[in-house]
Amino acid sequence: MKSMSKITLQLQRCARDITNMSQQAVNGVSHRGRVLTLDSMNPNVKRVEYAVRGPIVQRAVQIEKELKEGAKKPFTEVIKANIGDAHAMGQKPITFFRQVLALCSYPALLEDSKFPEDAKQRARRILEACGGHSIGAYSASQGIECIRQDVARYIEKRDGGIPSNPDNIYLSTGASDAIVTILKLLVCGEGRDRTGVMISIPQYPLYSAALADLGAVQINYYLDEDNCWSLNITELRRALSAAREHCNPRVLCIINPGNPTGQVQSRQCIEDVIRFAKEEHLFLMADEVYQDNVYAEGCQFHSFKKVLFEMGPEYSNTVEMASFHSTSKCYMGECGFRGGYMEVINLDPEVKAQLIKLVSVRLCPPVPGQALLDLVVNPPQPDEPSYATFMKERTAVLSALAEKARLTEQIFNTVPGITCNPVQGAMYTFPRITLPQKAIDKAKELGLVPDMFYCMRLLDEEGICLVPGSGFGQREGTYHFRMTILPPTEKLKVVLQKIREFQLHFTQEFS
Amino acid sequence: MWNMKQLEYGALARRANQIKDELRQGVRRPYKEVIDVFQGDLHRAGMKPLTFVRQVLAACVYPPLINSSNLPLDVRQRAQEELGRCVGGSVGEGNARDHAPNILNVLVNREASPRTGVLIPVPCHNKTVLSITQLGAVAVPYYLSEEQGWALQVEELQRALESAKGVCNPVALYVINPGNPAGYVQSQKSVLEVIRFAWEKRLFLLVDELYQDRVYGENCEFVSYKRAVSEMGPPFSGTVELASFHSVSKGFSGEYVCGLRAGYVELVNLDPAVMKYIHTLFSKDACSPVLGQIALDLMTDPPKPGDPSYLLYKQEIEQIRTVLLHSVKKVHEVVNSLPGFSCPPIEGGLFAFPRLHLTPKAIQKAKVTAEMQEDPDTFYCTRLLEEGGVFTGPGWEYGQKEGTYHIRYNTSRALFKELLRRLSSFHMTFMKDFS
Repeated sequence: MKSMSKITLQLQRCARDITNMSQQAVNGVSHRGRVLTLDSMNPNVKRVEYAVRGPIVQRAVQIEKELKEGAKKPFTEVIKANIGDAHAMGQKPITFFRQVLALCSYPALLEDSKFPEDAKQRARRILEACGGHSIGAYSASQGIECIRQDVARYIEKRDGGIPSNPDNIYLSTGASDAIVTILKLLVCGEGRDRTGVMISIPQYPLYSAALADLGAVQINYYLDEDNCWSLNITELRRALSAAREHCNPRVLCIINPGNPTGQVQSRQCIEDVIRFAKEEHLFLMADEVYQDNVYAEGCQFHSFKKVLFEMGPEYSNTVEMASFHSTSKCYMGECGFRGGYMEVINLDPEVKAQLIKLVSVRLCPPVPGQALLDLVVNPPQPDEPSYATFMKERTAVLSALAEKARLTEQIFNTVPGITCNPVQGAMYTFPRITLPQKAIDKAKELGLVPDMFYCMRLLDEEGICLVPGSGFGQREGTYHFRMTILPPTEKLKVVLQKIREFQLHFTQEFS
Repeated sequence: MWNMKQLEYGALARRANQIKDELRQGVRRPYKEVIDVFQGDLHRAGMKPLTFVRQVLAACVYPPLINSSNLPLDVRQRAQEELGRCVGGSVGEGNARDHAPNILNVLVNREASPRTGVLIPVPCHNKTVLSITQLGAVAVPYYLSEEQGWALQVEELQRALESAKGVCNPVALYVINPGNPAGYVQSQKSVLEVIRFAWEKRLFLLVDELYQDRVYGENCEFVSYKRAVSEMGPPFSGTVELASFHSVSKGFSGEYVCGLRAGYVELVNLDPAVMKYIHTLFSKDACSPVLGQIALDLMTDPPKPGDPSYLLYKQEIEQIRTVLLHSVKKVHEVVNSLPGFSCPPIEGGLFAFPRLHLTPKAIQKAKVTAEMQEDPDTFYCTRLLEEGGVFTGPGWEYGQKEGTYHIRYNTSRALFKELLRRLSSFHMTFMKDFS
């Protein structure tokens, strides 16, 4: 059977080539098939999708263009509530961080009395650790050593004194880089033995895209929408045993606080996940980039590492894990600097050597990002001149986010057809929308997934860009969208209002 | 020819770091610091950054500086412009402007049988083989001709292609111009020959032109593949598929900012259907760091005559250029004059790749020194590091003809006198010991 279809495919290709040739002969152009075609290219790349910047964003960009050219629309600007880019939405950077980075960029400013002494001291220390005392020099592939040491110290402090070894810290270009690197190490095997990677549904589409790119098998485990998007071990078990039929599950990914769902896992849940990983011999990947973004009362961030070690040596000596953090989220929002790190636990020493080799291929993570990370893990202390301003700014950002999280949940839950779980953390809301059957039918007619249809209409009519839930994964027959809570409060209120109006009007249109 | 002792990559680097640590801790060695000419890093080699670029970057990072009278007007204006292009007016925003997608990842079909092959030059960058094999493709070597100043000969390309028969399916030809580690600059004739060969044999051209601004050889001129393809006219100009790479890391007339990590790729004659997927790929890969993108902008649009920063900028560029030219020339002269070393003229790029003529006695010694695993040039480089405090790269990491040995070092070291002194002194002793 297999060889038959292969021959058929080849014949079809020949036929196509001959047709091309004769067409081109007619055109007077000699036949030249390209080297790089849809057929010859890496098929995995074709499977890669990244909804956050996908077709809806392309449409948004086009509309912006049209607006610029003077086109008349029911709105004057497109509000891009699709991507977790805080600064793009007007969030202000932390003054102290930018001062130190400016000093690092142009060290002559160290003579400028307008910069505080604590900023200068940190800049000097960072420059000292850089080759040629310049952030322009390559750093070691694993990241600047003293920064890795600072990261380790930060982790120790955060986790109540549990030791962290700087050798287990790998600085990276945002967290995404480290996540993909670890996946590269983990994914192998052929056919039924191909590595399976468990990921939550809904998930941040970097994971599905990376898995597609690497040709790994994606194993979906569903978060429980009716229970605040909580994670159930029974569901993990179900997903795992089903997956064992067709692949070799080796990895369990968890995003906490969650993206897009915003849930903050309880300590009990984290323990259960660790226990599960140990029982089933799975490598744990803990994406903790939103660790400072926790708003809901009664919720608290528990690092996987801390819980692991508090569970005792039976677990802390055996469970293999990588946890990830970044400078793009939390209160910093510095997406453009591409700062991040991962901490690996219980990694086989020989694998570590391979890991070092792997990261060396991309030379080094951006040095300004490393410098920024150093400041995040080493912020102004109470006895330092910049402390008061720093704390004020940090608190302002986090409390604004908390307020917006509350507001969003509250308002969405008053809209018929929209239900919204509490936004416990992170930066997004992932409400469920009830679509009239006629709208679903219309979408199918247009060849669109129903929530894409909804979001496209919202974009065209109100100029609000969201990402359809299908981009993140959802239970069959349910529809969602992801919206960031990043726009400034007043603008967010307007956005919520407009979505409410749109929902009512849309439902009416398709009733 | 590249034996898979992958773990050995970086062994010397680890040792160099160890020694640097020891020196910091006060351990006594015959030298006070390690001269690191291993990497292509100009700042590490003592080059000063360009004032204009750093001022603009600082003002972008900390916008209150835009109102500072301490900064020249054009700096402040440029910073304002660059910030204007950032959404939300902040360099902390993650917008995908210029970003080099991983073309190799798109080209290599892991499921293909026979496996995808990529022709690569010997010698080449030590990461090249790894980045190819990592994707499941096969690296097919073609040897540059050392006797002819590392010229690329089409007959050799043909031989390489033949050698791939039955082993893999070559789809791409990787070219480095100006060279790394060998410091050649391809002549126009050679560029045209390669393009024709790629066209005839239906190979995708991947051209690394990172060092295009670093050309020193007399009568040498950088010819961009993109331009050459276009000037060749049909059928080449409309059909040769090409990806050429440039970066802020290696600019001569721009900022040497390896640490900022920005670059760009130009794609020519690619299938529009494939381009769609390339766009998706690079949207997922987030963005290259914004500061790097800004540095790239500044590099391609520097101060002009009449701008307040122009004179200083021009002066700094000239100074760097003069120092580099001088250092390249001097180092080449001295190294070439040492018995046991031979090196073709260094026409461009960042490195020299002199040939080491080791005596049978030295080669023998290398073989019995267990850790060296039979690489005589590693043996030499290790001794040079331990005894002379100079960190260079052993030739095997870059590829070389069987039975030849080389070392690679960065030619841009501003303070090269000490480098030459140590190298000469060590080398003479070494040659004597193994005569």
